[in-house]
Parts: sequence; C-alpha cells; structure tokens
Amino acid sequence: MTRVLIPSQLTAYTDGATRVEAQGATIAAVLDDLDRRFPGLKFRVIDEQDRVRPHMKLFVGQDRAHDIGAALAGHEELMIFGALSGG
Amino acid sequence: MTQAVQLLVGTRKGAWIYRSDAARQRWTVDGPHFLGNIINHLVLDPRDGRTLLMAAKTGHLGPTIFRSVDGGATWAEAGRPPAFPKAEGAANARAVSHTFWLEPGHASQPGVWWAGSSPPGLFRSEDGGVTWEGVDGFNAHPRYWDWCPPGEGTPDGALLNQIVIDPRDPAHMYLATSTAGVFETRDAGATWAPLNRNVEANFMPDPYPEFGQDAHFIALAPTNPDRLWQQNHCGVYRLDRPSDTWDRIGKAMPEDIGDIGFTIVPHPRDDATAWVFPMDGTTVWPRTSPGGRPAVYRTRDGGGSWERQDGGFPGEQAWFTVKRQAFCADRADPLGLYLGTTGGELWMSDDEGAGWRQIAAHLPEIYSVVAAPL
Repeated sequence: MTRVLIPSQLTAYTDGATRVEAQGATIAAVLDDLDRRFPGLKFRVIDEQDRVRPHMKLFVGQDRAHDIGAALAGHEELMIFGALSGG
Repeated sequence: MTQAVQLLVGTRKGAWIYRSDAARQRWTVDGPHFLGNIINHLVLDPRDGRTLLMAAKTGHLGPTIFRSVDGGATWAEAGRPPAFPKAEGAANARAVSHTFWLEPGHASQPGVWWAGSSPPGLFRSEDGGVTWEGVDGFNAHPRYWDWCPPGEGTPDGALLNQIVIDPRDPAHMYLATSTAGVFETRDAGATWAPLNRNVEANFMPDPYPEFGQDAHFIALAPTNPDRLWQQNHCGVYRLDRPSDTWDRIGKAMPEDIGDIGFTIVPHPRDDATAWVFPMDGTTVWPRTSPGGRPAVYRTRDGGGSWERQDGGFPGEQAWFTVKRQAFCADRADPLGLYLGTTGGELWMSDDEGAGWRQIAAHLPEIYSVVAAPL
C-alpha cells in the first residue's frame, strides 16, 4: 500500500481526509485506485494526455515526479500538492 | 402575472444565484456555490426548469462540470467531463483547460447538451451532462489546426466560445471561436464551414479572410432565427440568412465610442432591437467603458442607428466592462436586462435599457450572467 498525501484542494473528494492509502505499482495505478474510490479526483490532477496539470505537483519520496508511468518501487509515499496558481 | 427571475452568476471565484420577487424589485442571494472555483458558465435547462450545469475549474485543479437537478440545492460532479482523446504523440496533444460555454440542446432533444472549450473543442452529452463526448466533425476536422492554431487566442486561451441552435431545426447550428470566427453546420455537427464573409480581422494580412476572425459573441433573434447578431473583436455585425455576407452595422455607432465590445443582446420579441456594451478598443486596448462613462447602446432599426442609454450608471470614473457571457435579457414583459461587470457589480434595467440600478456589488469579477424564469 502507498500512503498518499491529499492537498486541501482535493479533500472535497476524500471526505476531508488528508492522508489515505491506495494500491498500485506506478503513480498512475495509485491514482486510478484513488479515482475508483473518489470519482473524479484523478482528472482534476492529471489531464487527458496523462500530464500532471500545470499547478499541481507530485512527489515520490523527496523526488518530483513528472511521469505518472513511473514505478513506486521502494517508496511508500506519494505526495500531491497544489502549487502556486495566481491570485 | 409574475415576472420573477433568477440570475445565474458565474465569477472568477465562485457562483451565485439571485432570485427576484414577482416585481423584480427585491432580490435574495443564494451563494457562494463552489467558492474559489472559476465559473465560466452556469446554465439552467429550459426543458425541465430545474437542472443546472456549471462549468468549473480552479487555479490548481483541472476542469469539470457540476450538475444540480434541484435548482442548485445539491450538486454532483459529471462522471466524464469534456476531454479530448488521448493523442498518439506529444504534438497536437490537446487537453481541455476549461469549459467555457454550455448550451442546452434543442427543445426536441431532452438530455442533449453541447459544450465549447478552451482550447477550442466541441463536446456533446446525451445524458443531461453526466458524460461528454468530443464532436469529431469539428475537433477532428482536417482543417482544425488551421482554424485553431496552437498558442493563439485570448489571454485565457483560445476559445470555442459559443454554440447556437436554430429553434426550427436541431441539425442547424452555429458556433463562434476566438481564432477562426463563426462556423455553421446543417447536419448536427458532422460537417462545419466558416461563415465570415465581410467580417473584418484587422490583425491579419488579408483583413477579410475566410476564417481567422475573433467572434466575441453571436445571437439569433428569438422571433426571427434567420437573423444573426455578432459582436466581433473588430465591430458589430448583422447577418440575414440565406445571405452569407455580414453587414457592419457598428459603423453607425458614434465615432468616439466605436463598435468594439464583447457581447450583444437581442430583444426577445423584436428582431430589429438589440443592445451592446461598448468598450475602449483604441491604442493599447484598455477594454474599459469608453471615457470611464459606462453605457449600453440600443438599436431599434436593425443597426441602422444607435442610441446611448446610461441612466443610473456612474457618470464618470467608472472603468468596468462587461464580458461576453455577462449581458442578457429575460423573457418578461416589460423586458428585464441584466449585466455583470468586471468589477463585480450586477446591474438591471426593467425599462428596455433606459434606466439601470444595481442589484449587487463587491462580487468577484463576473464572467457570466444567465437569466431564467423562476
């Protein structure tokens, strides 16, 4: 299981939870698992071309992730952040 | 007879619904809905009178559609919002930035909705807005990338900003774009052709191209769907079908005001009458009320002449403007006109534009105002 940090922008999908667990060998698989439980969440973070949306940031451990096809092997935490997005 | 109306207000920071009494004198406010969300359009389904669709995104999160089937009391998210298909490679891989326009389908097609997006895309729903599919007749047209070049468009992105359906024929539709002007289909969206003859694009080498215009807003005259009004980036136009040649009726506007603006509102019962809200399109394009003195201009002769109407508006130092979805009419008699400003003010007139009064102030920048019966 992967621990997932949910930012405030997405807690409307998770009944307020800021930390949840999800299954999957890749970032995409974890997001798909989240989307099954919290419908609509993934598309708010990842566009239809599988790109991370411009003002969202994903980290696996301490490393910024740009490719959601990346494996999570050896890491137990996926962090989703809402980055700066203007006034 | 009641004249009660509800105003569906989309802003840069959420949505509000204002509901009037029978005389449209007192208003109650319901909101904010989805505070902090960028709401480009909030529309009531006239076929059932209770379903609302809302085009939303936030600064961080991607675009979606929220639905209410109880007039805004409760909301649920669309199961599959408008999205382009997955592209083979990185080139030309489109992703919907935001849905800009929501259009209920023809009266004979309950459950059908249309949506226009940025970057320009046409989408259709057959289940009341729960799931959406792209319309290949436009989105996959062989000339799509000529019509909608990547990287062009408004500061908020290139737009398919409007969809208009002929009330006599659900297969006959028009759409407006910010990169290629107006298009027409007669086969329910399977094929599209530009409809821009004699419409200026003064930012192009050929100022009267087949396509490339920026059609800010188009509207059919409700009592005469062969008449189209257009507020274009370069002026005000009228087209009477079957002609395909637009007439620059804005040339009759006062020279010191000009005919630049975002939107045009036809009278619901008189096909010779329409209103515009001019903005300053000189020099660096301030896009403010010309001279800081807001006014609407009305024509009652199809654009042959225009009269200034500014009663109730500030007489000086008022620099707001009105965006393309933020000026509308109800269907009541006497007519109600409503506009929302970039300064977050909501104004109305119940005397055909002669006098204006403020309904609300201090809202976020208003993107859209839709009037619907209560």
